[in-house]
Amino acid sequence: MAIIDPRHAATQLIYERVFRTATLGAAILVLLILGGVAISLVRGAWPAMAHFGFGFVTHEVWNPVTDEFGALAPIYGTVVTSVIAMAIAVPVGFGIALFLTELCPPLLKRPIGVAVELLAAVPSIIFGIWGLFVLAPILQKHVQPWLIKHIGHIPGIGGIFHGPPFGIGILTAGLVLAIMVLPFIAATMRDVFDTVPPMLKESGYGLGATTWEVIWNVVVPHSRVGIVGGIMLGLGRALGETMAVTFVIGNAHRVSASLLAPGTTISSSIANEFTEAVGDLYTSSLIALGLLLFLITFTVIAIAQAMLRRLERQAANT
Amino acid sequence: MNRRLLRKLRNGAFLALSLLATLLGLACLAAILWTLLAHGLAGMSGQLFTQMTPPPGEKGGLLNALYGSAMMTLLGILIGSPIGVLAGTYLAEYGKNSRLSVVIRFINDVLLSAPSIIIGLFIYELVVVRMGHFSAIAGALALAVLAIPVTLRTTEDMLNLVPPGMKDSSAALGAYPWRTTLSVLYPAARSGIVTGLLLAIARISGETAPLLFTALNNQFWSTNLNAPIANLPVVIFLYALSPYKDWQDLAWAGALIITMTILLLSIAARVILAYLQTERGFK
Repeated sequence: MAIIDPRHAATQLIYERVFRTATLGAAILVLLILGGVAISLVRGAWPAMAHFGFGFVTHEVWNPVTDEFGALAPIYGTVVTSVIAMAIAVPVGFGIALFLTELCPPLLKRPIGVAVELLAAVPSIIFGIWGLFVLAPILQKHVQPWLIKHIGHIPGIGGIFHGPPFGIGILTAGLVLAIMVLPFIAATMRDVFDTVPPMLKESGYGLGATTWEVIWNVVVPHSRVGIVGGIMLGLGRALGETMAVTFVIGNAHRVSASLLAPGTTISSSIANEFTEAVGDLYTSSLIALGLLLFLITFTVIAIAQAMLRRLERQAANT
Repeated sequence: MNRRLLRKLRNGAFLALSLLATLLGLACLAAILWTLLAHGLAGMSGQLFTQMTPPPGEKGGLLNALYGSAMMTLLGILIGSPIGVLAGTYLAEYGKNSRLSVVIRFINDVLLSAPSIIIGLFIYELVVVRMGHFSAIAGALALAVLAIPVTLRTTEDMLNLVPPGMKDSSAALGAYPWRTTLSVLYPAARSGIVTGLLLAIARISGETAPLLFTALNNQFWSTNLNAPIANLPVVIFLYALSPYKDWQDLAWAGALIITMTILLLSIAARVILAYLQTERGFK
């Protein structure tokens, strides 16, 4: 019969409590970080919010000399660059995911999947200098003149390709963002497509459907929630991406209908101006921009996570 | 007959488009790597690792920036990863299905894809404003906050992969959960947790935005944690946007170093994971 030393048991119990508390404390720290982010941003943004009120988000003027700050141009730039990025990255990402799950020879599946994931690991600053030194000159010399010449004079849609070819600007930023979020969208969609039970696909093939018909009528409807979740996750990245955009956006605080014009986004305004900001109101306005970005991206990411979770539960039940 | 042809054509067209999309994605990766190699190798020299960042128009290296980046990344991991590992342990072992764990898992996934510039502003308000100046320790703290979600997620996943029988055997021998975790679960999940650390290092070593207003930059050699410190990402940012050829060359060389480091770390992490999947039958 084993004899348990009471003192030994007591010390064991103390260790157990200490360890358990330490793990619980670390877990709660994660909650505190999110709370801390929210509180510190609201505190830092308070002077600007009190001074400008709701007009902060509707005014275009951003003038450090006269201490007038409005967030309309950065909000506009953030939304437009993200829309361009998603318009390109969603169909291309869908194509890559489709290729990897349905068409790819098994031998190539892993290397191509890893290559796409490596693209996601490349730091955003690398996309920034690549965009500035490689992509922007190509756009300036070849693509933008063509757009201006052939589409620029059409009434209505011509306005979005109006003005001189700067190379940098909203369109370039949107393209760089598209390349950046592409691997996230492709990888999430691939994982989502993989959750479709083979039985369903085989049934489709058994009825004589083509590969595309199986994908469009079986795979896509079955993984709809996950696809939208993956898109939202990519959107969250695009909205908050900083360095890649900062290099190629041109940092001009104005709302311009032309996609070829320089503009600014919330995150690139903060990155460009924060360390140079003099005066409390200027700094506070930049933090207020940060608060806006926090609210927008966290809402988008939270919805994305909620949708992906729903899909996971659905997959676990089938 | 006509309809069947149409279906076949449409099938072929969409499959061709999906192949095209994949080629486009791969071409982007290839183009970026090619540019980096072409510009970066030209800037590679022994000076890079022996000299400080130069004033405009002079030759120099990246020694202070490399040191600053290495130190802040190391500190960030040393501060962030224990928190991530402990929190992951709580989620996997203690509060598996509790409501608190569900909330924490959700918040952690949100933090995982949150914009890093927000974390930079948070540390600016929390540390830089209170201290009154930019500092290396503020930069390290910002990186630590970014490392926590990565290590937390992998730790929880890897602990869940340990066969339950091992835990039960330990408990049957009379071990308390803390002893089981330290002596059985951690060793069993070691390579998985190390993978999480590698991924976290890869994630934070290329981060630029949060360092801009925490560590800032320093033209000179500095090991002082309480002062602004040079670091590779911010040096690349400033030098690439400068009009000086020497500075741009240094920026490209720095970009090549940073990307290769991160790609090697990511590949190493993947190799370990693949080994775990095949050799141990983990999924």
